[in-house]
Amino acid sequence: MATNLTLWIGTRKGAFALRADAQRRRWRLGPPQFLGHTIQHIVQDPRAPRQLLLAAKTGHLGPTVYRSADRGRHWQEVRIPPAFAKSAEGQAARAVERVFWLTPGHASESGSWYAGTAPAGLFRSEDGGESWAPVAGLHEHPSFPQWAPGWKTPDGELLHSILVDPRDARHLYIGISVGGVFESTDGGSSWAPLNEGVAADFLPDPNVAFGHDPHCVTLHPLQPDRLYQQNHCGIYRLDRPERRWQRIGRAMPARVGDIGFPIVVHPRDPNTAWVLPMDGTSVWPRTSVDGRPAVYQTRNAGRSWQRRDRGLPRGQAWLTVLRQAMCTDAAATPGLYFGTTGGEVWASTNAGESWRCIAQRLPEIYSVTAAQG
Amino acid sequence: MTQVHIASPLRDYTHGASPVRAEGATLAQLLADLDRRYPGIRFRMIDEQQRIRPHIRIFVATREARDLAQPVAAREPVHLLCALSGG
Repeated sequence: MATNLTLWIGTRKGAFALRADAQRRRWRLGPPQFLGHTIQHIVQDPRAPRQLLLAAKTGHLGPTVYRSADRGRHWQEVRIPPAFAKSAEGQAARAVERVFWLTPGHASESGSWYAGTAPAGLFRSEDGGESWAPVAGLHEHPSFPQWAPGWKTPDGELLHSILVDPRDARHLYIGISVGGVFESTDGGSSWAPLNEGVAADFLPDPNVAFGHDPHCVTLHPLQPDRLYQQNHCGIYRLDRPERRWQRIGRAMPARVGDIGFPIVVHPRDPNTAWVLPMDGTSVWPRTSVDGRPAVYQTRNAGRSWQRRDRGLPRGQAWLTVLRQAMCTDAAATPGLYFGTTGGEVWASTNAGESWRCIAQRLPEIYSVTAAQG
Repeated sequence: MTQVHIASPLRDYTHGASPVRAEGATLAQLLADLDRRYPGIRFRMIDEQQRIRPHIRIFVATREARDLAQPVAAREPVHLLCALSGG
């Protein structure tokens, strides 16, 4: 049973708190906060649960971060938001357009956070998000201009899926869309690509070390050598110390395919994960396949997948769910939640078996995150 | 002292006030002083490479400033505008 569960919904027009009762049956939608601001990601600090960070931008204004010390009742803008170093004369001048992703640092490093941006940049805070500094080991890596060439994709070049190994604060993974997955074992001082086995069938040479398009990468908190990836070109699993990803999406039904944005792992079972397939054919509609939304679940690390669509619309439902808009909670039978770009939030309190809509008519949803306690 | 007119999306920083006053012989100096008075306001308009952000327009009197080197003469008002299309 979950208690005091809040889903934080980041939308194109503000932040919303959706609070559950103890049984997760009734949900109460709070009033908009930051109405009119673009809210990309809202993340609770598991080391200090009263604290949250929120990544914001406004149509006209530059990107910033807000901080709450009282579970999201009040927010204050941080003192120094993420910003690239001033470029030397003649060098490409990167400026943060959007703070896209927030990840709390290692449990042993209280107050540490990471932020990923568009265009791709990695930033670290050591004071609870009050001030941020670029992770120079990435930005000044001689290959960084090739790893993150600054492709002007519609939503920008994104750095996301910042993963901290719970056993080792210095062991990090990041995803860059488009760029690939990269790993550091020295706290971000040096980085190397980690993309073997991943398809990049949009490139002239698909057998490249980087240039891939990970949409969402996650590791299992209890088995941190187990990574899952929803990529532009399929679903993958990697069990370290192996370096070659296995395309577990091949076990998905061919008519559904293995394209999507989010991938979410069960909080306690490393063999269980969920994806939300989308239409990645022709011009990439990125909507539910055939207008029939479904979550797919694996319980054996991707050897097989089961369709989970009870309660979801049976047809004519052209949903899009972005990479940050699906999450679980920490309950014994985990809840699973997703938000759509059409402003609906869907919930399953039985690990995906059945679904119901718990909020609708919200602005375009960018992120759904669970906050406990 | 220069009178600085603040567009509504930026008035959270000035506690609702517009115009406000700031000092500087160039736009760079003026915005630095504005940020001392209203911390955080400058970065929402000027990126870390010292460029005016894409949806911000700055006028010194009736002249649109293209960069921060723009001189600001005494008694010339400065207008900070937000320009955006779409819904």
